[in-house]
Order: sequence, then structure tokens, then C-alpha cells
Amino acid sequence: MNGHTTELVIFTLLFLVVSGMGFVAARWRRPKDIASLHEWGLGGRNFGSWITWFLVGGDLYTAYTFVAVPALVFGAGALGFYALPYTVVVYPLVFLVLARMWSVSHVHGFVTPADFVRARFGSPTLALVIALTGLVATMPYIALQLVGIEAVLKAMGITGHLPIIIAFAILAAYTYQSGLRAPALIAFVKDTLIYIVILAAVIYIPAKLGGWGSIFDAAKAKFDATPAPADGITLNAANQLQYVTLAFGSALALFLYPHSLTGVLASKNRGVIKRNMAALPAYSFLLGLIALLGFMAIAAGTKPVGTDGNTIIPRLFDQMFPDWFTGVAYAAVGIGALVPAAIMSIAAANLFTRNIYREYINKQATDAQEAKVSKLVSLVVKVGAVLCILLLDPQFSIDLQLIGGVIILQTLPSVGLGLYTRWFHRGGLIAGWAAGMAAGMWMLYLIPNPAKGKAHFGGSAFALKNLGLDTPITMYVGFLALAVNLVVAVLATLAFRAAKVAEGEDATSREDYFADEGDPKVKDLDLSAAH
Amino acid sequence: MPDDKSDRSPWYWLLLVPVVIPLMTFLYNADEPRLLGFPLFYWLQIAYIALGVATTTLVYRMTRRRP
Repeated sequence: MNGHTTELVIFTLLFLVVSGMGFVAARWRRPKDIASLHEWGLGGRNFGSWITWFLVGGDLYTAYTFVAVPALVFGAGALGFYALPYTVVVYPLVFLVLARMWSVSHVHGFVTPADFVRARFGSPTLALVIALTGLVATMPYIALQLVGIEAVLKAMGITGHLPIIIAFAILAAYTYQSGLRAPALIAFVKDTLIYIVILAAVIYIPAKLGGWGSIFDAAKAKFDATPAPADGITLNAANQLQYVTLAFGSALALFLYPHSLTGVLASKNRGVIKRNMAALPAYSFLLGLIALLGFMAIAAGTKPVGTDGNTIIPRLFDQMFPDWFTGVAYAAVGIGALVPAAIMSIAAANLFTRNIYREYINKQATDAQEAKVSKLVSLVVKVGAVLCILLLDPQFSIDLQLIGGVIILQTLPSVGLGLYTRWFHRGGLIAGWAAGMAAGMWMLYLIPNPAKGKAHFGGSAFALKNLGLDTPITMYVGFLALAVNLVVAVLATLAFRAAKVAEGEDATSREDYFADEGDPKVKDLDLSAAH
Repeated sequence: MPDDKSDRSPWYWLLLVPVVIPLMTFLYNADEPRLLGFPLFYWLQIAYIALGVATTTLVYRMTRRRP
């Protein structure tokens, strides 16, 4: 054996127990009829504060968090800590926005952001654009979860892709059977494990390494010794703007992802959402501590497996903890990947079913047909994610997600601003989206990553000197692309209006945005009456 | 509830505080002073979580609809 037997046994055991829970979940909270999209895809839309907290938390703080954020801190220092302000800023930012989204969705039976856009701007084309953007942005995000599992497996000395394929086959099977109930139930286990592991890590490891002070000193010494100017335990003049725009841009993007919305829409009323906006930062605290594991790895002299930076934290656990606890920690990361992957694939499947299948392929689809198509698509999406991992370079997986972030941000004018204003013309929004996408892709193309020997798509920090400015300052691509998007959307709206191009009809009315549970307009399960 | 259909309240402006403060790097971009060994950059940003929770909770409680 390879010296990781205890870890492997505990990891496998916990993984199997949780998978079992996933299959049993279909019977949890007894749906009358799981053969409808509402029951399967939104868990019947009746989750209270606690379940929502676990579900949304399990959804937003993913395996990527536990592996890639500390890996980035390990490699770049302070810049990687952007994940903390990002998750502090996001909740007050969307506090009111999500409540509006909940109301209008429950009055009109929307399941996806594209559903909303279609009704608000009376444009199936714009809705299609939003749906496709959501699908494309979600795919690498699901793939990223696989990277988390893979890092853990590698640290246990397991190579090859077969174990990942098996893990995802299990995930696919129970999501197929239980829908959103599976991740909601598993999220309890996942979060409990992760809290235990991280709290143990931040107490036990610094004690072994001579305290926090010496951990930060060791990190500082490492970054001072490297020739790269962008790293260090604080920011420098060149990357401060990158830090701020990355944190803010990521916060704007978070709830545009279809899967974040799935958890929000599944909650019982507006109060549940607002209470969760106050309670979800408990996870941010955890995230801050997790990020600092990167510095602990520096102080402990941890070396990654081969050149895979993502294995840093699994290796740190292996080095520091007794074998049995390392097994628990690995299981936490592995299971931590399953919850978001399940929710993401459900959200992607809903997008396809609602905004492509029913809109363009089968206009008279029944509830049962929709649920069936959705379940099949969620399988296809997972296969796609596995292919992403097999075919693409999984290293520095955080950049994969950052590219998705750039893309999804381009839906902000239609979805986010659309909740507040009908001022934009549907044609203007499409034009803005196209310009933002083009600008974003162009900027990503120009970003090299010398450390990896890549000339293009090497990260998300765009050097302003590419625009002819004489400065070392870098900025987050998504933020700049969004600016382009907004400017074009405004100009094109004015142009379309001047040319008297027909406006779409707005199916929503003002009161729809404030309706709450108990309001006669708020529907529970009548999916077929949506449009 | 017909008289309370709007999400308008002056309390909501408070939400800007935890959005803007954590994005001002000059407030925390330094090593010293350290707290329990944590450089300012880290402990102050972690403290902003408390700022966010406190503000959001306050706004929620002050704007809650009376049943």
C-alpha cells in the first residue's frame, strides 16, 4: 500500500455514507409528485431559514474555495485574499435585489434568470442569450468542483481519472433521482465536516508552527525573496485596483449565476432571504481562515504534488494531521464538491429546459416532460464537466472560474438592472452583451501567464498598459468588460428608441416586485401558467 | 399590507457602508499594527465580516414588516 490507507478508508466510507443520503433524500420532506420540475428542480420551493442557509452556503462556498483560494494565497499572497472582501460585500449588495427577484419569480413562476428577462423585456432572443451565457459560465464552475476532488485524490497518491468519473457517476445518479433535495440534505453533513476540519486546522496547525506571527513572517520572507513584484503579504501599487475590482466584480457576478438563484428561489419567503443575507457571512469567516491555510503551507514548507498547486492544502493536511483526521478533511473537500456540483447541474438543466427546450423545441411540453428533459440534461452537463477536466488543463483552476465570472457579469444589465428599471431597450441589452463579451474575451486573450509559460488566457488581471496607458496598474477584466457593456447598452438603447424599433412588452407590474408569502398573487406550484 | 408595498426606507442606505468600506484598500493595506500575530491587512478585513453582519441585521430588523 502507499501509506495513505487509513485516509483512503475514511474518505471512502464518508463518501459512501453521504451518497447513500443522496439517494434517500427523495423521500425527505415527502413531495407529492417529484415528476414535476418544481419538485425536482426547486425542491418544492418551501425551504425555511436553516435549510436555505445550508443550501446556499453549501452552494456558494465550494470545493474550489477550499483548494484554489489557499493555493492562490500560497502562490501570490495578499491578492488571493480578495475572496474575503468579495464575500463580505456581496450580501449587503444583493439584500434588496434578491428579495425583488424572489417576489417577481413567485408571482410569475420564474425558475431561471432567463425566464425573468423573457417576461420583463418581452424578448425570447434576449432570454436565449442569457440562458446560453448561464450555461457556458456554469460548465467550468462544475468542472472546478472536480478539480477539488482530484486534488484530494492526488494527495492520497491516486492518479488517473477513473476515480473522478466514478465519483461523478454516483453524484449524477442521486441528483437524477432526488433533485434539489439531495444537495440540501448533504449540505448539512458537508458543512459540519468542513467547520470541524477548518477550526481544528486553525487552532492545531499554528500551534505546531510557532503561532500566527511566525506564519506571516515566514510568508513575508518567502515573497521578499522571489523576484516577482506582484506577490507579498500586503498589496502593492500595481495590484490594489485589481484587488478591489476583482472583489467587487466577483460580488456582482455571484448571484447572476443560475445556481445561486436556484437556492434563493427555493426559500419560503422574503424574510428567509433577508435573514440569510445576515447569516451567510458566517461562511465568509470560515473562508478567511481557509485562505490563510496558504500561508501555513508556506511556513510548514509544504510542497505540492508535482506541479499541481491545488494539492497544496491536501498536502498540508497530510503533513500536519494524524492519518484518520486527514481522511476526514479529505472527505470534507470531496463532499464539499458534490453539493455545489449537484445544484449547478440542476440549475443548468432548468435553463436548458425552460429557455431552450420549451421555447424552441417543444412549446406544448407537459410538466412531466419538462422534468424528464431537465433530469437528462443534468446528466449531460455533468458529462460535459468531466470532459472539461479530461481535456483542459485543470491547473490554477481559479482562472477557469474567473473566465466564467467575466462571462456571467455580462448578464448584469438585463437581470440585475432589469429588476429595477425597464429603461433599457431589448436590442440595446443584446448589443451591450455582445460588446461586453467581445471586450472580455479580447482582454482575457491578451493576458499571459509567464509562470505557466502561457501567452493567452493566463488570468484575469488586465494590464492597463495594453490600452496605451503608461502605468503598471492592473484591473479585473470582468469589471472593464461590464463597463463596455453598459456604455454600449445605453447608446444602443438611445439609438433603437430614436429609430422607433418596437419595444417588447413587459409582463410584470410594479407590485409584483414586493409580493410576499401569503399574497394571493404568489404562486406555489403552478409552473404551467408561467407565461 | 397594501400601504407597505414598497422597498423604500432610509435604513437601506446603511447597506452601502459594508459595501464601500471593505473596498477601500488604503484603510487596511499595511502589515502593522499586528493583532495576535495577524498583520492589519488580515485582521481588519476579517473584522469587516462583523461590520457586514451587524449592518445587515440592523437593516433587516428595522425594516421588517409588522405582521
